[in-house]
Amino acid sequence: MTVDHVQVRLTVDGVDRAGPLDSRLTVLDALRDEFGVMSVKKGCDHGQCGACTVIADGRRIVSCLALAASYDGAEITTAAGLGTEPELSPMQRAFAERDALQCGYCTPGQICSAVAMIEEARAGMPSHVSPDVRDRSVQLTPAEIRERMSGNLCRCGAYVNIVAAVQDVVEADLRGGVR
Amino acid sequence: MRPFTYERATTVDHALSLVGSDGVFLAGGTNLIDHLRLGIRSAPRVIDISRLPFTDVTVRSDGGLIVGAGVRNSDLAAHHLVRERYPFLTQAIVSGASGQLRNMATTGGNLLQRTRCVYFQDLTTPCNKRDPGSGCSAAGGFGRYNAILGTSDECVAVHPSDLCVPLAALDAEVVVVGTGGQRRIPFGEFHRLPGDRPDLDTTLRPGELVIAVEIPPLDFAVRSRYRKVRERASYAFALISVAAALDVEGGVVRDVRLALGGVSHRPHRATIAEAALRGRPATEARFRSAIEDELESAQPGEHNRFKVPLVRNTVVSVLTGLAQEGPR
Repeated sequence: MTVDHVQVRLTVDGVDRAGPLDSRLTVLDALRDEFGVMSVKKGCDHGQCGACTVIADGRRIVSCLALAASYDGAEITTAAGLGTEPELSPMQRAFAERDALQCGYCTPGQICSAVAMIEEARAGMPSHVSPDVRDRSVQLTPAEIRERMSGNLCRCGAYVNIVAAVQDVVEADLRGGVR
Repeated sequence: MRPFTYERATTVDHALSLVGSDGVFLAGGTNLIDHLRLGIRSAPRVIDISRLPFTDVTVRSDGGLIVGAGVRNSDLAAHHLVRERYPFLTQAIVSGASGQLRNMATTGGNLLQRTRCVYFQDLTTPCNKRDPGSGCSAAGGFGRYNAILGTSDECVAVHPSDLCVPLAALDAEVVVVGTGGQRRIPFGEFHRLPGDRPDLDTTLRPGELVIAVEIPPLDFAVRSRYRKVRERASYAFALISVAAALDVEGGVVRDVRLALGGVSHRPHRATIAEAALRGRPATEARFRSAIEDELESAQPGEHNRFKVPLVRNTVVSVLTGLAQEGPR
């Protein structure tokens, strides 16, 4: 069978990207191999590690299980779209200040996941550790952060500092800081 | 991944006409894309149904809910009526997968996800579900995750869903359409036991499309609980799970709904235990004897024998906890 191509347009970190893509390409492979966007990382390629996490139309997804053709027209934000040197976003700054990484490979996915996770909590999304799922005011305690970030694995084991970094951003938000 | 043609369906009729006998529907993709890549599944055509207008939760005239097949897991879990009326449904959803996957995965896709049996996913080993007639590697192999109820010589796999366990307890209905029209399948008849056709997970006919899941009203489901037992605190499939709703008045069980996950090829509705509890005292001893009756037909193997006491103790704990909760 011959390879099918589909016209796909994505807005990636504010830049329009388009092209006829092999219908089998995932958002992850389209970003890296077709559009040269390298801030998104390929880890397991099975939806189990979270390294490829991006924010698609405001929601965090694993881009390795997202067919690019199915996301035609989507607005994709990678960690580079949240901020880059010297203008780091608060979450990126918190990761650096808290030393929330060692090799850094999972970090772009962690950061995208954490930023979108805070929005989910703000919207009242319950979690497995929420004491009562009827309660719509979410307190992002360390236990809540761990549960809500469990889809992002870190093989260096930087979890303790990742939780601290996310908590710093949550607390700065509560104090009304600039995000 | 083998080449396929991608088509985006704009209407249900369009989707049905595109899929034919050998195409496959793509919704959230969290299971299908992985399987296409692994080679567990191949199809000449992938029909994208993710933009069909089945993305709402609406209230039925009798107070039940109509959940569109395309409603994402995270949206269903967060829906205010689900949280208020069927809290165990929300608990089940948020106990499964990860935040990212729940944002992608759909209600219809959750019903149709394939087993996580390690041999099903490993193309180098025989598996009757993946390759009919090749044999079952799990029965004599690593059996920790195998089913204990309703197994056959051909298959001992379990259904992996969390969401489907409370849906079984709630007597949900699955609304499907095919070229022959629309039909409704009671939840208990949607998933199959393996028998001699373990390749068939459900009673869905080729080319049929799930468009909605309907949940009848159940007043006492406000007092309900989903408890999942797994090998780590988060982001793991269930060893076993329990979905229960309990209606107690004056210390007597007026009504009860009980379903089990991780024990069978389908979400297991514990009808024997339910019958043993209705009209009886809501005591720990009764809860224990009722679930023991249910588990009498269990046929665990060497590696999953632990599931029998684990189910029993979890059911007793969940029901005892619900009985102690005041009525809402």
